[in-house]
Amino acid sequence: MEAGAASVDATLRLLHGSRIIAAIKASGIEYVLSVPDIVTSSGLLAPIAQDKALRLIRVCKEEECIGIASGLSYCDKRSLILIQHTGFLDSLNAIRGIAVEYGQPICMMIGLLQHDPNFAPRASPRYGVRIVEPILDDMGIAHHLIGMDADVAKIQPAIDAAYRDSHPVAFLIARSPE
Amino acid sequence: MMKRDECFRALARHITDQGVVATYSSAVDWVEIAPRALNYTSIGAMGLDSSHGLGLALGRPDKRVVVLQGDGSLLMNLGSLVTIAEVAPKNLVHFVAQNRTYEANGGHAIPNPQVDFASMARAAGYAAVYDFSDLGIFTQQVVHVLGQDGPVFATLHVEPSKPLIYDYPSLYDPAKRAAFKTAWQS
Repeated sequence: MEAGAASVDATLRLLHGSRIIAAIKASGIEYVLSVPDIVTSSGLLAPIAQDKALRLIRVCKEEECIGIASGLSYCDKRSLILIQHTGFLDSLNAIRGIAVEYGQPICMMIGLLQHDPNFAPRASPRYGVRIVEPILDDMGIAHHLIGMDADVAKIQPAIDAAYRDSHPVAFLIARSPE
Repeated sequence: MMKRDECFRALARHITDQGVVATYSSAVDWVEIAPRALNYTSIGAMGLDSSHGLGLALGRPDKRVVVLQGDGSLLMNLGSLVTIAEVAPKNLVHFVAQNRTYEANGGHAIPNPQVDFASMARAAGYAAVYDFSDLGIFTQQVVHVLGQDGPVFATLHVEPSKPLIYDYPSLYDPAKRAAFKTAWQS
């Protein structure tokens, strides 16, 4: 019985990249803008690179994504920025100016590098992970933790709302998708 | 050595329905010379003008995009040369006005004022690269520069200009962003 309970618990904690990609497509995303992130490398970026329904734009520095996504939004083209949290931290001024102060629909999917999903990000022993959610809160950016398959349902409504109401949104990937 | 506003006047004679992305000192000169709804001056972070231009060019391959960037801005986003060359939008023309200073921030020198941006763009893989320091030659060739398949890169070697008035509330005006979007989508 205990073994069964453990098995159910393990299933609940699975996160499949295929489900995230399906949600991205259902959200009308055409472009994925990315610097590789080890958390999402094999489960998201690799299959996205092979997916003909999404156009992957590989950039040199995460900050570029903010400008490209903004330009695309003026064309009513939806994009998703796929980066790790170090790149998010590096891009804060661009996010401040373009996403927040200009109220642009900048959608970010952020891998929490070296995060232990058994902790809430705010309680992470890793300083870089621990500060991400408070920074998003201070900047007034909506954010959603994606740690298991059940969380994937948050993606499409949040992207639709970002484009409908013209505001940024962040998805924090808490474990490497399978 | 050329003057930036003289270069932009020569350029403006050939601007019709292109989207023009301009920032800081280039934007101040450009909106005075060519005020129009299709000017995009709300960049929000220095250096990202070239990236905004790439997004616009990707999203509307049926339209042409002209980026008017300063040398200080490009130095803050040098990787965008490689990204743009890799994406290779045929409809993007990327000018850099090289006055060798951070003009909007007090006129201080950029690191290595003689840096060769045209060679960098060529090495990054731009389809065509130009380097102009003579207004007569630029005036003669600008139509060709604007019309050929991109991504096209051109350095404009210019003098630092006289002190400018930076009307940021106007450059960042949300109403102008909305007007740009309407004009760009028409």
